[in-house]
Amino acid sequence: MRIVVVGAGPAGMAAARTAADAGAEVTMVDAEPDAGGQFLRGRAKFSHAGVTHLRNTEVWLVEGQSLHLRAPEPRLAAGAAPRLLPFDALVIATGAYDRPLPFPGWDGPGVITAGAAQALAKQGVTLAERVIVAGTGPFLLPVATALQDLGATLVGVYEASSPTRWLRERKAILANRHKIAELVGYRKVLTHLETRTAVIAKHGSRVTVAKLDRRWNPVSHRTEHADLVCIGYGFLPRTDLVPSAKRTNDFLDVDERQQTSVENVYAAGEVTGIGGADLAEAEGVIAGAAAAQQEPPREALEAVREGRLFAQALARAHAVQPGWKTWLNAGTTVCRCEKVTLEDLAEATSMRELKLTSRVAMGRCQGRICARNASELTGIPFDGQRRVIAVPIPLGELADLPEEQS
Amino acid sequence: MHPDVVVVGAGIIGAACAQALVARGLDVVVVDRCGPASGTSSAGEGNVLVSDKEPGPELELAVASRELWPSLAEDCEWEEKGGLVVATTADAAEPLRAFAAKQRAAGIDACELTAAEALAHEPHLNPEITAAVHYLQDAQLNPVKATRALLRGIKVINAGVSTTDGRSVTTSTGVISCGAVVNATGPWARHFGVNVLPRRGVVLVTTPIPGRIRHKVYDADYVGAVASGDADLQTSGVVESTQAGTVLIGSSRQRGGFDDTIESKVLKALARKAIALFPMLTDVPVMRAYGGFRPYAPDHLPIIGEDPRTPGLWHATGHEGAGVGLAPATGRLLAELLTGAAPHVDPHPFRVDRPEVMV
Ligand SMILES: Cc1cc2nc3c(=O)[nH]c(=O)nc-3n(C[C@H](O)[C@H](O)[C@H](O)COP(=O)(O)OP(=O)(O)OC[C@H]3O[C@@H](n4cnc5c(N)ncnc54)[C@H](O)[C@@H]3O)c2cc1C
Ligand SMILES: Cc1cc2nc3c(=O)[nH]c(=O)nc-3n(C[C@H](O)[C@H](O)[C@H](O)COP(=O)(O)OP(=O)(O)OC[C@H]3O[C@@H](n4cnc5c(N)ncnc54)[C@H](O)[C@@H]3O)c2cc1C
Repeated sequence: MRIVVVGAGPAGMAAARTAADAGAEVTMVDAEPDAGGQFLRGRAKFSHAGVTHLRNTEVWLVEGQSLHLRAPEPRLAAGAAPRLLPFDALVIATGAYDRPLPFPGWDGPGVITAGAAQALAKQGVTLAERVIVAGTGPFLLPVATALQDLGATLVGVYEASSPTRWLRERKAILANRHKIAELVGYRKVLTHLETRTAVIAKHGSRVTVAKLDRRWNPVSHRTEHADLVCIGYGFLPRTDLVPSAKRTNDFLDVDERQQTSVENVYAAGEVTGIGGADLAEAEGVIAGAAAAQQEPPREALEAVREGRLFAQALARAHAVQPGWKTWLNAGTTVCRCEKVTLEDLAEATSMRELKLTSRVAMGRCQGRICARNASELTGIPFDGQRRVIAVPIPLGELADLPEEQS
Repeated sequence: MHPDVVVVGAGIIGAACAQALVARGLDVVVVDRCGPASGTSSAGEGNVLVSDKEPGPELELAVASRELWPSLAEDCEWEEKGGLVVATTADAAEPLRAFAAKQRAAGIDACELTAAEALAHEPHLNPEITAAVHYLQDAQLNPVKATRALLRGIKVINAGVSTTDGRSVTTSTGVISCGAVVNATGPWARHFGVNVLPRRGVVLVTTPIPGRIRHKVYDADYVGAVASGDADLQTSGVVESTQAGTVLIGSSRQRGGFDDTIESKVLKALARKAIALFPMLTDVPVMRAYGGFRPYAPDHLPIIGEDPRTPGLWHATGHEGAGVGLAPATGRLLAELLTGAAPHVDPHPFRVDRPEVMV
């Protein structure tokens, strides 16, 4: 039984370990040099005798029962790594990336996503003197903490939602006390936390900070000075590898065994919903067991049940509110790759038509950053993103693809 | 509501029919289940070609269309870029020259170039080419914008059509009675009684490299692949840039229903053939691949005319890989036939009661 796990974050590591313990032949593939994923990279020491860990290896296409692999940086290529990897069962644990919301100046220097800031902080890069972290959700706090630990001056941590939304989520809180306890670890930055607040413009180091109403419409504003603004308004899952799998709101649908709508393909972690590393890990355990044709352990099923309560509460409490659309003006960039502004978004009835008339989402990022925002700005239904090539690949590499194996 | 004509399908063909009917004073409503240009018309490169057609009825329709497009394609990225067809093997040189000579005899502007001249037109072209022909009439537009432009001022209803008797259409939101119905549902046209099938095509799109490729450049073996009735995969090198600077790479042809899985063997073949034409493309990244279903009739000719079995039901479909290029003349011909005016091209080859077409 050959099981391939794509992604070596908490979900992927758990899936690989569990499947290997069940006796399967497991390969875990990740584009990064180290295991750990978005949150644990550098802290996770992964090793398991039954798991082959292919580092610096990107999966760019799933075709039938094989994965196409490539080295994103050829000089780091893992020796004679295969380019075609067959599998009997596949676990997708590719995580998510954070969603920026546009505002005047977001496309200029000094604005990055919270995830990018976190990744740079992990490498010990000191980014700037004066930093703002803005967005929604509890994952802003570890980012702010990491930046502060590197010596940055934290101007503010701005949460667009209101903490009172959480008071309605008693059940989720009780079941997930440990998640709340985690917050205590971030008490140093909690003093900088302001809720119902957002960055709505940045010109040079002048940053317009607004107080928001419940629907995120600005009600008043002030000016702060900062060199760097890190933004994150929730997450968008990385689901390109399984374009035909059923999804809800772009997250992959899974059954209680973490199986997707595609046969032999399982999914775990943030590709199915956002609920933190513990939930991702528990889902990984279930996916790994199920992929190896074993009964998933009861504790994992229980952890997933509780974790999902938390995830759903998180999604409700930190849902993006429509008032953000008033932060833009006609000339504000919506799509950075193709330099498409709000006023360029032509009338259209489908995303495809919108893209082909305005070129929004047609650039290098292929709409990963802007498609969702363009859909909300125009009211055109978001059609999910079907990208058959998961990453840009030089033509020479395509021309040299291995012949199909049967 | 009782329009003179209901056009089913808001692709480039339905839009051209609606435009031509409205221009003749008729009251027209267009119905599409997904909205304008949501089908094949947003899946192509938008070429308006005469170069790939041998003398005959389709070339006549293409030439007529080529004359109409410039006045219709306002704000549609219309570009008279010209086509460059090259032979890449010794064996292919003579057939290309002979093909061009036949087209010249039919009035097409096809100039033979030496390899050096071809390279002056396209500096990054592989210098190993064995023959080249420059077609000045070949042009390009943005088919989504063109569909929108043709539909300007025309009512488009968002609904699926289940049946029609030629005097009414039954849609998902109610019945519309009318004087006549036009079936312009592209690869789905079989649903209304004509033998149109999907022939899949895939296009690769690179990251922008503005200014490096100027014409539509393709390998002379393309013409053979287009004309083939073979179900198996066929590919040939077709390369050009768009106004955004991206390079579009085709073309593949494959039959197999509406299966839209992208296969690595298709990506590989397309990449190889593109590099054979432009070696500098080797290092250029592909950022997306997409595909669509060309609506084809088994005898490779469009279907334009009234259905003898269902008076009032007209068909305008089966344009395969050339619907963008053939749209204006198709719309005009259909409007002429429907209003009893003298047709501007011979309609006989496109009639509905061809044995391959009636199902
Ligand atoms: C800014 C930020 C702060 C966060 N803070 C916290 C926190 O404090 N507490 C918490 O519990 N959670 C936090 N999270 C959430 C955290 O990311 C998740 O809990 C956890 O990392 C999810 O695990 P995962 O395994 O699903 O995905 P990830 O950890 O994202 O792992 C996915 C892996 O897949 C790899 N990958 C993706 N696509 C491919 C491909 N095509 N080929 C090869 N490899 C691929 C990636 O390289 C990555 O290593 C934070 C997230 C962000 C963005
Ligand atoms: C990869 C590729 C490249 C191409 N390149 C070119 C090119 O460069 N130049 C060129 O000239 N041609 C090209 N073509 C061909 C061209 O795209 C087609 O010939 C043309 O788009 C056909 O247009 P259409 O209006 O007939 O069909 P479509 O655009 O498919 O329109 C049919 C419409 O009917 C609607 N519909 C279907 N059934 C129903 C129903 N029951 N009720 C309501 N609505 C319905 C659909 O939603 C759709 O919008 C290419 C095709 C492909 C696949």
